[in-house]
Amino acid sequence: MAILLFADHDNASLSEQTAKALTAAAQIGAEVDILIAGKDAAAAASQAAALAGVRNVLLAEADALEHRLAEPAAALILSLAPGYDTIIAPATTTGKNVLPRVAALLDVMQVSEVTEIVSADTFKRPIYAGNAIEVVQSTDATRVVTVRTAGFAAAGAGSAAAPVVAVETTDAGAALSSFVENILSANDRPDLTSAKIIVSGGRALGSDEQFRAVLNPVADKLGAAVGASRAAVDSGYAPNDLQVGQTGKVVAPDLYIACGISGAIQHLAGMKDSKIIVAINTDEEAPIFQVADYGIVGDLFQILPELESSL
Amino acid sequence: MKVLVPVKRVVDHNVKIRVKADGSGVELANVKMSMNPFDEIAVEEAIRLREAGKALEVIAVSVGPAQAQETLRTALAMGADRAILITAEDAVEPLSVAKLLKGVVEAEEPGLVILGKQAIDDDCNQTGQMLSALLGWSQGTFASALELGEGKARVTREVDGGLQAIEIALPAIVTADLRLNEPRYASLPNIMKAKKKPLETRSPEDYGVTVARRLTILRVEEPAARAAGVKVASVAELLDKLKSEAGVL
Ligand SMILES: Cc1cc2nc3c(=O)[nH]c(=O)nc-3n(C[C@H](O)[C@H](O)[C@H](O)COP(=O)(O)OP(=O)(O)OC[C@H]3O[C@@H](n4cnc5c(N)ncnc54)[C@H](O)[C@@H]3O)c2cc1C
Ligand SMILES: Nc1ncnc2c1ncn2[C@@H]1O[C@H](COP(=O)(O)O)[C@@H](O)[C@H]1O
Repeated sequence: MAILLFADHDNASLSEQTAKALTAAAQIGAEVDILIAGKDAAAAASQAAALAGVRNVLLAEADALEHRLAEPAAALILSLAPGYDTIIAPATTTGKNVLPRVAALLDVMQVSEVTEIVSADTFKRPIYAGNAIEVVQSTDATRVVTVRTAGFAAAGAGSAAAPVVAVETTDAGAALSSFVENILSANDRPDLTSAKIIVSGGRALGSDEQFRAVLNPVADKLGAAVGASRAAVDSGYAPNDLQVGQTGKVVAPDLYIACGISGAIQHLAGMKDSKIIVAINTDEEAPIFQVADYGIVGDLFQILPELESSL
Repeated sequence: MKVLVPVKRVVDHNVKIRVKADGSGVELANVKMSMNPFDEIAVEEAIRLREAGKALEVIAVSVGPAQAQETLRTALAMGADRAILITAEDAVEPLSVAKLLKGVVEAEEPGLVILGKQAIDDDCNQTGQMLSALLGWSQGTFASALELGEGKARVTREVDGGLQAIEIALPAIVTADLRLNEPRYASLPNIMKAKKKPLETRSPEDYGVTVARRLTILRVEEPAARAAGVKVASVAELLDKLKSEAGVL
């Protein structure tokens, strides 16, 4: 019952989502290999090797793998697939881009965004923006699974480092696409998907200046990440990578503070598993109050500065 | 160049669905159905390419029950030129949809297929990537910008850290994210015109594809409900509760 975990990393460091997906993988079976596909990625590989419960780290390095574009990454995983009966990845934008390609080439149905491992072939996954939970059993010879990491704790450090094994790469798939540039948001805050506290803003923030001026001071004091609703992102108040929801990031921090967010089902899908939810909204009927542990009916432009100065 | 746009008929995004009491699925009787919102964005992008002279014909295709004709008519009213319905009574999994779409691609030979990034009912986010793999084509998923060039396209993708620009060889698969464009509403005259546009009906057998399921749905459950919360009157009270009651500060 060997499992191949396709790691999320940026060559220099391993994403915490990989450590969380490892916890899910370990619930499927004991023999987990982590695949680091990249270029100059020895640092990410040694971080993976340090995690508890890893059998081997496979390090595949090539120019075409530097950014883990779908076509070469999928070709690489496919070449390793015969040794595994489960192929798993965190449901990051990279995992979601690559794994369905692998599944199709293996002629199997991927199980997307799993939130619970019931058994080696049976999984729970949300459908309809999390308004229903499907329990599905895979009848395919190889299981291809992406994991919604919010509900899994990150695997800790192991007692001894796992071996790092170099694997052969080919240039399969490399001609189809090429990397041009990353336009990544500059951000010195905690990552949304691993933050303990998130301060999130909606359409009510009104402009990108106000979004920053009102939310950032509170987030700074709390050491929190900043999130946003789709309306705030569509209006240009916040970059796309801050979107929380059905089609954005799924988060489950200890504390989620929703400011001027109405609570549409697509937004709730991304945050309703937070431990404590606080809602600040002028409309006492806003649906966000139905999921909030603590609600304040009022103007966020008054409440947030007051909160900031009381912290 | 032809552009193919797969569109799915799904429960409207404003509907709050209910899980059937016996756990066999989601209540779909008498529920408002619409085109998957991401597919509206895909249709809009294809039409803009034709309006800009970069595409000659936009073909909408749907896999679904007879009522999916309405979804295709919506695509035609937005501006697609013709439509293909592949009839299937039960929900068809992304792998089978991708195989059917491969058959359509082989028959129509489009230079570009634009799908939605995700269907909002199954939330799978797979079909475009699978189709790309089956065809051996390139893929530009989660696109927020698309520029067609000679034999290639530049796609700006929404990724976890921000945006990523890639260049992909044509023919290609692109999947639409929310910020790619704002889809138009179909005008009444265009809705009338759409009724006369060609819509052909096919079956999975026409493409030699069996649509048997690979995943067995054992049951569908209600998500865990959150206990009702309280309203607090002041910031001081909120902080007190967060510290002493919730223990998160
Ligand atoms: C296919 C699809 C996918 C989607 N995916 C997502 C997703 O991933 N994430 C997401 O968030 N949405 C998503 N949406 C959009 C979603 O349906 C809502 O439109 C969106 O969440 C609304 O954002 P909002 O709450 O900021 O804005 P609004 O709904 O406009 O709410 C603004 C709120 O601010 C309150 N308010 C106004 N002024 C103040 C003030 N001064 N102080 C305090 N409160 C104030 C108002 O009472 C209101 O409740 C998606 C929609 C579709 C169709
Ligand atoms: N039954 C279908 N008919 C037509 N297109 C579909 C169908 N199912 C999925 N698609 C396309 O594939 C995209 C992604 O769907 P999914 O992989 O199910 O999330 C959708 O946005 C559609 O463009």
